[in-house]
Amino acid sequence: MADVAMKPVDPVRALSRRELRRLDLAYQPGFKPVAWFCILLLYAPILVLAVFSFNENRSVTRWTQFSLKWFRDVIANENIQAAALLSLQVATAATIGATICATLAALATTRTLPYRGMGLAYIVINLPLMVPEIVTAVATLAFFALGRVVLGLDLGVFNINLILAHMVFCIPFAYLPIRARLSGMDRILEQAAADLYATPWQSFRYVTLPLLTPGIIAGAMLAFIVSIDDFTISQLVAGPGQTTLPIYIWGQIRRGITPATNAVSTIMLVVSIIFVSLVFFLGQRRRR
Amino acid sequence: MEKQIAVEARGATKIFGTGEETVRALDDVSVAIRENQFFTLLGPSGCGKTTLLRLIAGFELPSAGDILLEGQSVTHLPPYKRLVNTVFQSYALFPHMTVAENIAFGLEMRGLGKAETAKRVEEMLALVRLGKLGGRRPAQLSGGQQQRVALARALANRPKVLLLDEPLSALDLKLRKEMQIELKRIQLETGITFVFVTHDQEEALTMSDRIAVMNFGKILQIGSPTAIYEHPTSRFVADFIGETNLVEVGAAAPANGHVRLRFAAGNEVEVALPEGVAPGGRATVALRPERISLTRDAARMLTGRIDNIVYFGTDTSFYLTLDDGKPLLVRVQNREGARRSYEVGEQVGIAFRPDAVQLLRD
Ligand SMILES: Nc1ncnc2c1ncn2[C@@H]1O[C@H](COP(=O)(O)OP(=O)(O)OP(=O)(O)O)[C@@H](O)[C@H]1O
Ligand SMILES: [Mg+2]
Repeated sequence: MADVAMKPVDPVRALSRRELRRLDLAYQPGFKPVAWFCILLLYAPILVLAVFSFNENRSVTRWTQFSLKWFRDVIANENIQAAALLSLQVATAATIGATICATLAALATTRTLPYRGMGLAYIVINLPLMVPEIVTAVATLAFFALGRVVLGLDLGVFNINLILAHMVFCIPFAYLPIRARLSGMDRILEQAAADLYATPWQSFRYVTLPLLTPGIIAGAMLAFIVSIDDFTISQLVAGPGQTTLPIYIWGQIRRGITPATNAVSTIMLVVSIIFVSLVFFLGQRRRR
Repeated sequence: MEKQIAVEARGATKIFGTGEETVRALDDVSVAIRENQFFTLLGPSGCGKTTLLRLIAGFELPSAGDILLEGQSVTHLPPYKRLVNTVFQSYALFPHMTVAENIAFGLEMRGLGKAETAKRVEEMLALVRLGKLGGRRPAQLSGGQQQRVALARALANRPKVLLLDEPLSALDLKLRKEMQIELKRIQLETGITFVFVTHDQEEALTMSDRIAVMNFGKILQIGSPTAIYEHPTSRFVADFIGETNLVEVGAAAPANGHVRLRFAAGNEVEVALPEGVAPGGRATVALRPERISLTRDAARMLTGRIDNIVYFGTDTSFYLTLDDGKPLLVRVQNREGARRSYEVGEQVGIAFRPDAVQLLRD
């Protein structure tokens, strides 16, 4: 009794700590093992891959000694250089194209008066995310073949076939962050610009675009990563001699995995992580 | 010399939505605002003040009617071609620009030279007393400072008309009072026509040259602060502006623009018939609490019982119930010797001069 009188405890809070634990999924029996198992499943293969890229031995299963020799090999390999260059070229061009399209699409779905079919437009833009990649790949291949037969267009020059194919599936990835940024932006700012004699173009150039930039960068980076990583569509669309990095790795693996393959993968992994982190930090800065 | 009309709305109507869910935000509003005036739109939340302002600024197209600036119809002119500027309720400062860049924005858009722009920005910073803060970002300013930047950004363009949408509502009371004085000073110094929106009747009374009281998308009365306060023409205006008593009276047939009103205690008062008022047997009058007094004499207009007496220092409020059951408030100044000790529960008479009676339209 005396205890209670001396230390008045808020009954709701005193209870809630225990009650919450009982309700909280994280405190259910067996939660931790399951969580750890999932994390292991996610990251163990990648970890093994990365570790064995530093193996001195030719084996990717038996560790002998630390070495950077596979990285040296990879960097010196002209085939890999060519493949990396092609991937970069295609990714850069596709990113630029996709980001421009995505920005325009985002403006058209947020900065206009509501129109009939606006929701439909949103779905159509994002549909490539849901269509199985192999379907897109086959469709693109068939479409290009049709173009070649009917119009006599050879899209292989300047890798236009790859760039166009990549642009298509990159658009929704670029679109989502840009649209998120735009719909979070108060339209009153553009009205203020118009009030201060800015024409619609000036208002876009000096107000909307600068505020949209973090979203555009985030979208572009996502598009870039998705393009660099793509295998299925590239494999089907690519003509002879159009070997992107993922296609090259695939070719190597069929001849048996060596730590060189691991090293290429590790490099791609690191580049991806850097990009994703940048996207994340840009997102953080926007929120402040 | 008669001053020119700066802004005019003619039968402006704005209907939002379609089908079942239409909202008449503005209903046939006509108002003419003269140059150099501090004009206030006053009304409760949702009465259409912002909508009228947005029609003048050009952010909305009226469903019907016309907007004129200096006699020219601008109804179909986009905002960036209208010589008006707006101070937004949320300030709407550009977050990626410094204070100085914000203020310079309108000038740059109109292609004013660099030197002239810089000079104007300095002037504006001085005018709103933000001298050294030109290099800061809006996020680094207090609410009051942001408010001043928004004001400076609009004023820098030397507009014909400045539209202010509840610019002070986000500020605390002390800052609000300061900014009221500041705004008034700036309006007098610059001579720009201000169209000021507020739902605070005290703010409207202290700052304005003219006030338009709005409700449900209509303007109910336009007049000077004294006219609005002392001669409200409708029940809503009388009730919305300050404290008032609404009393039912009998009305005789009007003659020569005058009408005789019979109060409950039997006495009659003759008042001038305001425009648009057609009393039919009965009428409602407004009596300000400070314009009426208590009496024990037989010469009285109304009678009632004192329910409560509240002492406020400078004055005392008596809360009464009239014989017909309606409440009534009487406020008496606490002058030396003028205090007579009325008791709670006492039956008293209420007396006032005929000019305290304001006959209402409805
Ligand atoms: N874009 C819009 N779409 C639909 N209805 C609207 C729109 N803008 C305003 N309204 C409606 O019109 C009416 C008037 O709105 P308005 O913003 O002009 O009121 P206000 O007098 O400025 O109120 P407050 O003092 O709360 O700012 C309200 O009923 C509001 O719901
Ligand atoms: Mg409003």
